[in-house]
Amino acid sequence: MKILAIAEQRDGTLRRASHEVVSQARRVADAVGATVDAVVFGPAGIAGAAGELGRYGADRILVSEGEHWAQYGPEHYTAALASVIGQEQYFAVFLAATSRGKDLAPRLAARLDLPLATEATALSVDGGELIVTRPLYAGKVFSRVKLHGSTRLVSLRPNAFGAEENPRAGAVESLGDLAPAGAARLRVREFIPAASTRPDVAEAPVVISGGRGLRGPEHWSMLEELCEAIGPHCALGASRAVVDAGWRPHGEQVGQTGKTVAPQLYFAIGISGAIQHLAGMRTARTIVAINKDPEAPIFKVADYGIVGDAFEVVPRLAAEIRKLNEG
Amino acid sequence: MKIIVCIKRVPDTEARIKLTDDRKSIDPSGLKYIINPYDEFAVEAALQLRDGQGGGEVVVLTAGESAAGEQLRSALAMGADRAVLLRTETTLDGLATARVLAAELKDAGADLVLFGMKAVDDDQQQVGPMVAELLGLPCVTVVGEVAIEGDAVVCHREVEGGVEVVEVPRPAVLTITKGKYEPRYASLKGIMAAKKKPLEEKAVEAPAGRIELLGLDYPPERPSGKIVGAGADAVPELVRLLRQEAKVL
Repeated sequence: MKILAIAEQRDGTLRRASHEVVSQARRVADAVGATVDAVVFGPAGIAGAAGELGRYGADRILVSEGEHWAQYGPEHYTAALASVIGQEQYFAVFLAATSRGKDLAPRLAARLDLPLATEATALSVDGGELIVTRPLYAGKVFSRVKLHGSTRLVSLRPNAFGAEENPRAGAVESLGDLAPAGAARLRVREFIPAASTRPDVAEAPVVISGGRGLRGPEHWSMLEELCEAIGPHCALGASRAVVDAGWRPHGEQVGQTGKTVAPQLYFAIGISGAIQHLAGMRTARTIVAINKDPEAPIFKVADYGIVGDAFEVVPRLAAEIRKLNEG
Repeated sequence: MKIIVCIKRVPDTEARIKLTDDRKSIDPSGLKYIINPYDEFAVEAALQLRDGQGGGEVVVLTAGESAAGEQLRSALAMGADRAVLLRTETTLDGLATARVLAAELKDAGADLVLFGMKAVDDDQQQVGPMVAELLGLPCVTVVGEVAIEGDAVVCHREVEGGVEVVEVPRPAVLTITKGKYEPRYASLKGIMAAKKKPLEEKAVEAPAGRIELLGLDYPPERPSGKIVGAGADAVPELVRLLRQEAKVL
């Protein structure tokens, strides 16, 4: 029996979420008595980078190299992965619920007629059967489901698991270039990079979210400075109220009508904590709330709170963290 | 141009969700239901495309219980032309929903099929691309802006690190996010007109689902945290706790 972990690269580097996927595949494989294949498509040189998946528990690493893999094209990816999955009787196929994984998983499920559970936050094995825990209503409720079919397709929420090292052989095997047979119907005309180079709020290990307590979009420079002090792995988020007010883009919105996040560290600044916002961030490992109102609901889910004016607390926090990182 | 928008009836996002005693479903009593917010963006996108093209038809489609007619009426009140309800009492998983919708869409002759990029109830984010795959149509996900250029559909996809401008031929399936689509409020005139617009309801056979629900639970309560202090003076202690106790700095 085998489990397949679909790994993802960007600019020739494997993504952190892929380490999580491989290490969870390893954990489930050990519980059901299976081996782990990892698969990665990427530009020339990716075979070298892919070797590191052995450290997280891949027995075998299937690699296709070619310039056609440098960018994500859903049609070629779906076709090539469908053929890889079709070659073995996989017990389960795991991938990360990154923006690419979210696009890819349903295409694969429909192409291969596989049951799919997305955005899993926990996996367990009971009597040889895989049990998937996943949030509903952005996390107001969690469901436990069993997938019926010979191959179960599951996407894993980034950061929800953590990557554990569990070294295995990690033998790299080439699949050839798997060059696409025809032109894709979906053609990328251009990519317009965002002004900020920060990671996506749904994937960043540290998130700083601002709310209406910040009184206006011009005060976000204060959050940016805090973000800067913490480091390049920190992303900015926003409450629904400030997105609705047009202060911040919808892509930053955390909550039921935005993104659900599970970072290691979440700062809620000037956010009172509406139920749909709490749903979207309550699985963060550590939550820090800074709010003037000691009765704000956000303090009920926060691990650490400071009652105070964000305009005094945040600059001081940035200064202290900078001091820490420099010292 | 014919645009079909697939929508879903979901509990209001402001609602507190209560579970039934057997923990197998949510308790619907007292719950207010709305159009899935992302589907509202899709309806808005469809109306803007239709009106920008100087005509055409916007059809709203849903699969589910009869009560979902209420959400179809809301979309008609926003300005959609007609509605179709594929009635089934079975709880459908993602792929079963996609199959029911695809069967209806197969010969419907749509130039565009729009979905919200996800539903805020089960958060599966899968039915749109599944329908595209089942119909053999190209699909662009997480689209914040759509333009028609001849036979091509030009989409601005919101992806990590920026915006991808993507072109696909028609017909195509798109999943819509907020982007430039702020849903219009239904006017009183629109609400009155919606009552007279056609809403066709037909019973459908749903394929068996393969996702078995074992149970629902509330999220684990977070242990009550501590107020570190008041004002900027509490910052050094907060930083110390984050570093030494929580070990996240």
